[in-house]
Amino acid sequence: MLLVATRKGAWILHGDSARRTWRVDGPHLLGQVVNHLVMDPRDGRTLLMAAKTGHLGPTIFRSDDLGRTWKEAARPPAFPKVDDGTNGRAVSHTFWLEAGPASEPGVWWAGTSPPGLFCSEDGGATWESVSGWNDHPMYSKWVPADSGTPDGPLLNQIVIDPRDARHMYVATSTGGVFESSDRAASWAPLNKGVEANFMPDPYPEYGQDAHYLAQSRVRPDRIYQQNHCGIYRIDRPADVWERIGRNMPADIGDIGFSIVAHPRNADVAWVFPMDGTEVWPRTSPGGKPAVYRTRDAGASWERQDRGFPAEQGWFTVKRQAFAIDSLDPVGIYLGTTGGELWASSDEGESWHEIVRHLPEIYSVVPAGAA
Amino acid sequence: MRVLLPTMLRSYSAGAAEVDAAGTTLGDLLADLDRRFPGIRFRVIDEQDRVRQHVRIFVDGEVAGDLGVALAGRSVVQIVGALSGG
Repeated sequence: MLLVATRKGAWILHGDSARRTWRVDGPHLLGQVVNHLVMDPRDGRTLLMAAKTGHLGPTIFRSDDLGRTWKEAARPPAFPKVDDGTNGRAVSHTFWLEAGPASEPGVWWAGTSPPGLFCSEDGGATWESVSGWNDHPMYSKWVPADSGTPDGPLLNQIVIDPRDARHMYVATSTGGVFESSDRAASWAPLNKGVEANFMPDPYPEYGQDAHYLAQSRVRPDRIYQQNHCGIYRIDRPADVWERIGRNMPADIGDIGFSIVAHPRNADVAWVFPMDGTEVWPRTSPGGKPAVYRTRDAGASWERQDRGFPAEQGWFTVKRQAFAIDSLDPVGIYLGTTGGELWASSDEGESWHEIVRHLPEIYSVVPAGAA
Repeated sequence: MRVLLPTMLRSYSAGAAEVDAAGTTLGDLLADLDRRFPGIRFRVIDEQDRVRQHVRIFVDGEVAGDLGVALAGRSVVQIVGALSGG
């Protein structure tokens, strides 16, 4: 199953066992701006959706019946009310939804724009502001008031260590990566070695734009990062990132939005490079879409483009729209801003389009069995 | 009093374009509306009690700037979705 969130609603794709034929179910909540649609891995059934509309404020919808019915959160993520007369923060949209560990049923985390962290203890019905992040003394430094992506500044990802649920990482568009070892009560930057070439100091303690993190499931100390400024890897407890994107072909570069890691081999990861030259078109370099795979933890990369357009293919793939399943061989999926969904069921060797003409795709999430 | 709802809020009112709610201020009325139709208030008013960017609320034909606007017994409140782009 693939959960596809778009700027105009959500779709659920049901695949056959070969992941070759897909039944398209949708739209769900047509017209809602859906940033993330995820399934609860703890029950393999519950769906949570982060939505807003062009007019209406942000909310969370939950479905227990694969989208036949949706129930809205009684209290969606929202910053605490401040005294009248001050310019308090308001959630524009929820960008990322993360299920808690199996040991914490009902726990969900949410990342928002502006960068906020919220937690639900009741399956997503009511959400509380996480003070350890939202009221951190350094918040105004880590989240400058004038910062942002075109869709606003983001706390765009939450990663929970599978060995220790108190150990968390968040990725932000305004300050880079931050780490907590006490279940989000306190945070520290984790950005050494990561370039921020748009800052006066190109290697600041914070201020980077961390597009996406891919933590190895089999070796959780290894984290890959697609940053605004290149592709990186870190092997904890080291605290310095290595720019493995330097090993990409020079004419392709290492700019992109996302990276995925192989579920069973910590040395294998894929990226979808986009053009970061001159005015940053962020389309497939040369109009020739391809993924690049490393099988040696970033020391070398190989091009995989069979099935993609050989020319005039100007794909843009956003950070949540590049995904990997856990089957063998693994399937890889990418959704474009042009509403095309592409898949590989052979670890990137060949690609085929499985649906087209959707609205702008924001996220693609494999869920349950294919 | 009468509250006129835009299309994008009618999923909360079982499709009704016009509903009743009570209150002596706009804030009171929206609280009452939220009791009748849970969740509707947060879609149009943010957590700092500001009317959302692409929403306008008219009271008797005048734009209401904040939730303190006083309501008379026969006031008509109209919520409008305004210019959010394509």
